[in-house]
Amino acid sequence: MNLFNIIDEIEKVDPEVYGRLSDRRNVIKNITSFGTKVAAAALPFAVGSMFQKAYGQTAAKPTVLEILNYALTLEYLESYFYNQGSAKGTALIPAAAATNYFNQVTKDENNHVAFLTTVIKSLNGTPATVPTFDLTAGNGSGNGPFKDVLTNYQTFLAVAQAFEDTGVRAYKGQAQYLTGESNRVVLTAALSIHAVEARHASAIRQIRGLTPWITSTTALGNDTGIPQVNGNYDGEQNVIQGGVDVTKLKSASGSTTSVATATAAFDEPLSMDQVYKLLLGSFIVQK
Amino acid sequence: MKTETQEIAGGVNMARRSFLRYAGMGAASVGLLATAACHKDHAITLNNGVDIGSGDYGILNYAYALEQLEAAFYTQVILTPYSGISTSEKTLLTEIRDHEILHREFFKAALGTNAIKALTPDFSKIDFSSRTAVLGAAKAFEDLGVQAYDGAGYLISNPDYLTIAGKIVSVEARHAALIRNLISPGSFAGSDVVDTTNSLNNSTEIKAVLPIANTYLKTKVSASNYGYIA
Repeated sequence: MNLFNIIDEIEKVDPEVYGRLSDRRNVIKNITSFGTKVAAAALPFAVGSMFQKAYGQTAAKPTVLEILNYALTLEYLESYFYNQGSAKGTALIPAAAATNYFNQVTKDENNHVAFLTTVIKSLNGTPATVPTFDLTAGNGSGNGPFKDVLTNYQTFLAVAQAFEDTGVRAYKGQAQYLTGESNRVVLTAALSIHAVEARHASAIRQIRGLTPWITSTTALGNDTGIPQVNGNYDGEQNVIQGGVDVTKLKSASGSTTSVATATAAFDEPLSMDQVYKLLLGSFIVQK
Repeated sequence: MKTETQEIAGGVNMARRSFLRYAGMGAASVGLLATAACHKDHAITLNNGVDIGSGDYGILNYAYALEQLEAAFYTQVILTPYSGISTSEKTLLTEIRDHEILHREFFKAALGTNAIKALTPDFSKIDFSSRTAVLGAAKAFEDLGVQAYDGAGYLISNPDYLTIAGKIVSVEARHAALIRNLISPGSFAGSDVVDTTNSLNNSTEIKAVLPIANTYLKTKVSASNYGYIA
């Protein structure tokens, strides 16, 4: 199997493949001719993005303000969740967990809300309004799958973990739209919040007795043991990075790498659409 | 404790073979690599070290250098575990080692002939028999890695490469939070790494990261296009 066979195969079901690849067709031709100056060494990356561009989502690129308001909306949800939980005190959260985890996280999410609000205003934007939330994921019924979220500590932890891991994925999905010098400040800030969400995710997974990283199987991205959040983890089972199947790379123990390591070593992004589909009509009330 | 271990990664020939295998290409394409021309993004090998080069490959090579350092560190940690290491600590540190090795191997495969050479570490300053020393160094490496990726992200112009960097940096942040909690419970987002006012992770420029990384490297890494020569 090689690249040209792959394209030929695609052509059988999609005669337009060369058209989709459009200007990249010249790149393909060049690969076949010796003596060209194609950076063939970069091929795994190049092939991956070639097909992604040809077949990837063609949704319009969001504006910086749309991305910031999206981030703000997610932070509203997280801060509301932790503030509600913290307000329950030791009736919900054991004192040691508050000291070692929840106080820090609650402060961070509130800070993120304030920070993003300031940034949006500084860009002459209007901060998104705070949605109505239902922490049970019941779309306002208060009777969703997590209906004891504010009375059962284990449920509270499970939802916290899903929010943090999803937050990491959501920020990661927007980075690609913030390239270029003009976006330097916003990108760096977004990456910095992204890293803090990952720290939170790691810590809460430690509390729940899971690996601090998402360890998927070939069949299932979700490693939390909570089937209701399968969608939040879908895609984490990916093992192809930049066109490279990383399970075929060598490891400490041999010439290949396990799916567990391959999925844990790379977190996967979620698109804005995917995240809204997960939240709207469940955690975010939609009339 | 023994240090200055073997070369961190395989040689150039290995990288080329690997590339071909991973790209799923046949032997007919071998000649192509010989024609891959020198261009401005290409990393440079210096007498006493390497320069990451410039452009996206420069930043990816910067990441590759840091991943080589981390992989070598955890490889040593698992080869010579500190005294009193618990089963769960050893399991977690082994998993981190495996992630870092995969990050290293990924960059090597993806960069192909654009990759900098394998770096030789120098861990003579680290007492691998001491839990405090090993976890302290691990914390420093992980926090530095997160700050390095966050601080260099804006220099990546290809959106796909930026996403890949994002996929890796959050895993480094997960490592950092674990190591910090092993040292001191509740310090996963401590005020030395996360701003207390806006809760942003610190980010660090290349020219401030490499001098620290180089204290653990025999092969010095420069970034002449980003204001730092070792």
